[in-house]
Amino acid sequence: MKITAQDVRYIADLAHLELTPEEIVAMERDLGAILEYVAQLDQLEMPGLAPSPLHPAAAALAALGSAASNSTLRPDAQRAWFTPAEALANAPSAGAGHFKVPRIISVSEGTPEAE
Amino acid sequence: MATTTSPLAAALTQFEPVIGLEVHVQLNTRSKAFCGCSTQFGTPPNSNTCPVCLGLPGALPVLNREAVLKAVQAALALQCQVGEVSIFARKNYFYPDLPKGYQISQFDRPLAEHGRLQLGDGKLIGITRVHMEEDAGKNMHEGFPDSVTTSYVDLNRSGVPLIEIVSEPDMRTPEEAHEYLTRLKEIMLYLDVSDCNMEEGSLRCDANVSVRRRGTEKLGTKAEIKNLNSFRFLQRALEYEIERQVAILKGGGRIRQETRLFNVAEGKTFPMRSKEQAHDYRYFPEPDLQPLVVSPAWQAEIAARLPELPQAKRQRLIATYGLSAYDAEVLTASQALADYFEAAVRHAALPAGGHAKAVANWIMGDLSAHLNRSGETFATTRVKPEHIAELVALIAGGKISGKIAKEVFEKMAASGHAPSAVVAESGVQQISDPAALDALIDAALAANPKQLEQYRGGKTALLAFFVGQVMKASRGQANPAVLNERLQAKLNG
Repeated sequence: MKITAQDVRYIADLAHLELTPEEIVAMERDLGAILEYVAQLDQLEMPGLAPSPLHPAAAALAALGSAASNSTLRPDAQRAWFTPAEALANAPSAGAGHFKVPRIISVSEGTPEAE
Repeated sequence: MATTTSPLAAALTQFEPVIGLEVHVQLNTRSKAFCGCSTQFGTPPNSNTCPVCLGLPGALPVLNREAVLKAVQAALALQCQVGEVSIFARKNYFYPDLPKGYQISQFDRPLAEHGRLQLGDGKLIGITRVHMEEDAGKNMHEGFPDSVTTSYVDLNRSGVPLIEIVSEPDMRTPEEAHEYLTRLKEIMLYLDVSDCNMEEGSLRCDANVSVRRRGTEKLGTKAEIKNLNSFRFLQRALEYEIERQVAILKGGGRIRQETRLFNVAEGKTFPMRSKEQAHDYRYFPEPDLQPLVVSPAWQAEIAARLPELPQAKRQRLIATYGLSAYDAEVLTASQALADYFEAAVRHAALPAGGHAKAVANWIMGDLSAHLNRSGETFATTRVKPEHIAELVALIAGGKISGKIAKEVFEKMAASGHAPSAVVAESGVQQISDPAALDALIDAALAANPKQLEQYRGGKTALLAFFVGQVMKASRGQANPAVLNERLQAKLNG
């Protein structure tokens, strides 16, 4: 798969990264090389082995049978962990008990909720 | 709306709105979806946090069984088919309230699909899917000294379990959308899977809206409206958006597919900045969680324990007690109210199924007014269902009049005493004894000889005057039927 400069700009945009023209050239080269390397797997002949369409664990789950799987659920038990000070200890910027980030919304807009 | 047509009504003559809703419901579990942190609202910022919900490296999610249970309850109540296996997926986007850089959600194998919800007129609104996901934290953009340059983030909400309920684009008016959300909320409250508190964000709604020329099938280009955090805003935003789209189409323009925000102050929707609407979420299966399995046995167990839902309850109240559709609607507004009504109407003081309408009227009228005034609830009030039953029985048995019953009710509400006790204490029992009434009548006739003469001269309308005189003398306690009979006998005798 060939990575183009346009692909790099699109991915950078999704990641909220601002790349210089030089960085875009470098990324185009590096990402392309990584994908080519991984694409070697496509050359393997694996007759009779269907790809797992859903989930890495799906095959294992099917082998176990569904009854076994609910053991991975936990009871609805509550426990305390961090104090606010601990939660904020590694934050680059914090104040008034909150993490602080550069303003992320223009003044005229309301507050978008989680998507 | 005969002569003056609103812009919306005018728009709707040529165009038909097509509306679908995406509703997020916060599940009322004690702990979060994937960690043991508290879900309690209103605690100090960032106090309910741990490595999992802060997205710290190496932390692993473990799914809360209770969240699955509540999600399945909701899905079954919406008549969905619950898949035996569903898959969690990562929805990738960057926002400061999402510390992992992805939200754990479900994508191509959701928990449940193909459900429906019935509106009051019988119309069915399709439910496309119900899936589980986690909530994000909360960004705050106002109220701090440096708010002009800085946003503040509280991650207490990060990881709180949600279900997202996606409807089919089956609604055709803002009113239908309003009713859909109302009924959905009612079902969630009956199930006790969420407190559905819109102010605290436990019920949130996005709307997909498009319009098309009447008579055409093809769907128009839709806009997604976010930030509809009250029933009123939902309706206003939809009305505005429909008008906006129709105006564009009428002017020969085209609708842009975009995400818009409802601005409450201006009552208008505005496009979100394009940077915030990256709709390429690059979903992939969440490798940290096993596929979720809801076995047929577990599903059957959950289905068997579902409470009676509002729609079924309404139909049963109508069939069992002969209530009107309106009364049934009012009495099923909450589980607590419906339970209260049934406890009263089934009480031993009343004949089986008897006086249901009277019981309903007392509950919907005087009792509801009392609760509104006092701030009590059906669960906490000192006026118990058996008191209402007894009160209705006293009236039906002719012990007290309807008018006196109102006074008895006020005393009951104030003291918490049974109505029979209130009647005994205050001596307001109805006077039905003919001899006692005769004495009062005789006194009234003697005191008003002129009116008596006029009556006997043919002015029979004065009957009401004498009724009033005796009622006054009895302090309202005279049994009206007996009084009427005795009075007529005396006047004409």
